[in-house]
Amino acid sequence: MTRTGMVHFILRRLAVAVPLLLIISFGVFTLVKLAPGDPVRALIGSRPANAETIAAIREEFHLNDPFLVQYGKWLGQVLAGDLGRSITGNRAVIAMIRDRLGLTLYLSLMGAVIVLVGGVTLGMLAAFKAGSRVDRAVVMLGVVGISSPAFVTGIFLLYLFGVVLGWFPTFGPGRSFFDRGWHLVLPALALALSIMAIVTKITRTAAAEALGKDYVTFARARGLSRSRVAFAYVLRNALVPVVTAAGLIVVGLVAGAIYVEVTFALPGIGSLIVGAVQERDLPLIQGTTLLFSVFVVVINLLIDVIYVVIDPRIRFARVES
Amino acid sequence: MSLTVPIPTPSAVRSHRRLPVVIALAALVVLVVVIWAVFGSAIAPGSPFTQRLSIGDKPPSAEFWAGTDLLGRDVFSRVIYGAETALVGPIIVAAGAFAIATLLGLLSGYLGGLVDAAVMRWVDFMFALPGPLVAIVVVGVVGGGYWTAVAVLVVLFTAPDTRIVRSAVLAQRPLPYIDAARALGISKARILFVHILPNILPIVLAYVVLDFAFALVNLAGLSFLGLGVEPGTPDWGRMLFENRNILFVNPLGLLFPAGMIIVTAVSMNLIGDWLFEKLTR
Repeated sequence: MTRTGMVHFILRRLAVAVPLLLIISFGVFTLVKLAPGDPVRALIGSRPANAETIAAIREEFHLNDPFLVQYGKWLGQVLAGDLGRSITGNRAVIAMIRDRLGLTLYLSLMGAVIVLVGGVTLGMLAAFKAGSRVDRAVVMLGVVGISSPAFVTGIFLLYLFGVVLGWFPTFGPGRSFFDRGWHLVLPALALALSIMAIVTKITRTAAAEALGKDYVTFARARGLSRSRVAFAYVLRNALVPVVTAAGLIVVGLVAGAIYVEVTFALPGIGSLIVGAVQERDLPLIQGTTLLFSVFVVVINLLIDVIYVVIDPRIRFARVES
Repeated sequence: MSLTVPIPTPSAVRSHRRLPVVIALAALVVLVVVIWAVFGSAIAPGSPFTQRLSIGDKPPSAEFWAGTDLLGRDVFSRVIYGAETALVGPIIVAAGAFAIATLLGLLSGYLGGLVDAAVMRWVDFMFALPGPLVAIVVVGVVGGGYWTAVAVLVVLFTAPDTRIVRSAVLAQRPLPYIDAARALGISKARILFVHILPNILPIVLAYVVLDFAFALVNLAGLSFLGLGVEPGTPDWGRMLFENRNILFVNPLGLLFPAGMIIVTAVSMNLIGDWLFEKLTR
């Protein structure tokens, strides 16, 4: 793809992403308006419900304006970086998110490493030993993994490694960098398992297909070493569909983190969202949900662009079409 | 219709002969869960609701086979009663989502044009949303618990299901029997529902079973966050929420319902995969 073609592609993707973000922001705003009951009562929190406070709240949240004007003002504030104040925490939503972002990122990155290393290794192993006991075990593990949500896996891991064996801490996020890593081993495993199962399945199918290709047979016939064939020929081709699934993996990890953080009582963004929903803290729900959705849209956009940049076949196919 | 019947390959013939052991076991698990759901009150050793606050949570005993929870309720009976919400919701989600998706997929795949463009833009939009988060926030904010959760999951599941049905319809479109039907002047509606639908039904059926497993896990997840079933309802996900603090005293209060979620979901996934292999070859 030529450079202008690339720019065009990115602009086209952006032209889709921007309205998408607008629709999502409108959805988030409307949703909270749909909450049953008087919004003032929900927004008032623990403050005294006298005429003065109610007037102040109606003013602060623009409740006297028509609905679309309310949305416009809210969107303006959001774009200026102001996500409002949490009712229960009585703090700026953005500050609460900032406090908890580190843990969720740490957890998701650990999960991502386990997903990619574990998934690709198991998938390759199964493909190379197709039909063997190892293969069947990997396939079965895949079915169990896909069927096991992170919160259920988490409970079993907690019980086995935390309570029975006592190898890992069962509580808290840890203090220093390494201590935190130690505390997040079980949560990261719980988070990774079901997504790893998908990556394993994708890798296994792709590697098995690559193994049947002429270029692999020919590479073997040329007397290349087994590891050379495995890494340079099979693995490289098997990784293409894994990259295609990158969006799915990232969304799966971040969404799974919500459940894992609740299961292991970790103070991250996920447990912040769930807490906000349970407490009906409307500004906090709006802020966290919006941030989360924007993250997902941006990641998908980035992956689409990266994908086109790294895979020459897609580049040329798109030019032809 | 003989044109659409594939010639069985030798391997397919062999797999027709007997039921794999794993699938038989999976079917047995599903059967047990169905029996629990239908005849729960007759099977359960005790009431799932009776509270014995003086006992509190206790490990398994002769009287309470899986021990009791924090309120002294019988965990074993609660797991048996919990089969009901573990079956009803997921069945509605899987069947409902595929009923809508089949209609949309048939129209979009066969008619093409504007209908197809509109349906597919909507599907793309749904795919851009983080599904689990949407479910949590909508169910949590709107309220209504279990049935809201079921409704939200129907909507969320419809998008990927529509994509599946549509591609199945697209695979049928170039086949000669469609041309033949059109040449005979048969109406579009009749081609869609009498000719194409029976041919894509096997794929739909296999995916309904797979969707069931996915819906079970999702509904249990919402109940685990305290957003699904009403407090007090015996439900596997809800039990994980209510019993989260008794892991040290009576681990079965958590491990039993958690195990049931996995075992049921694994069984349905295995059956779904197997059906898919059988019905699409």
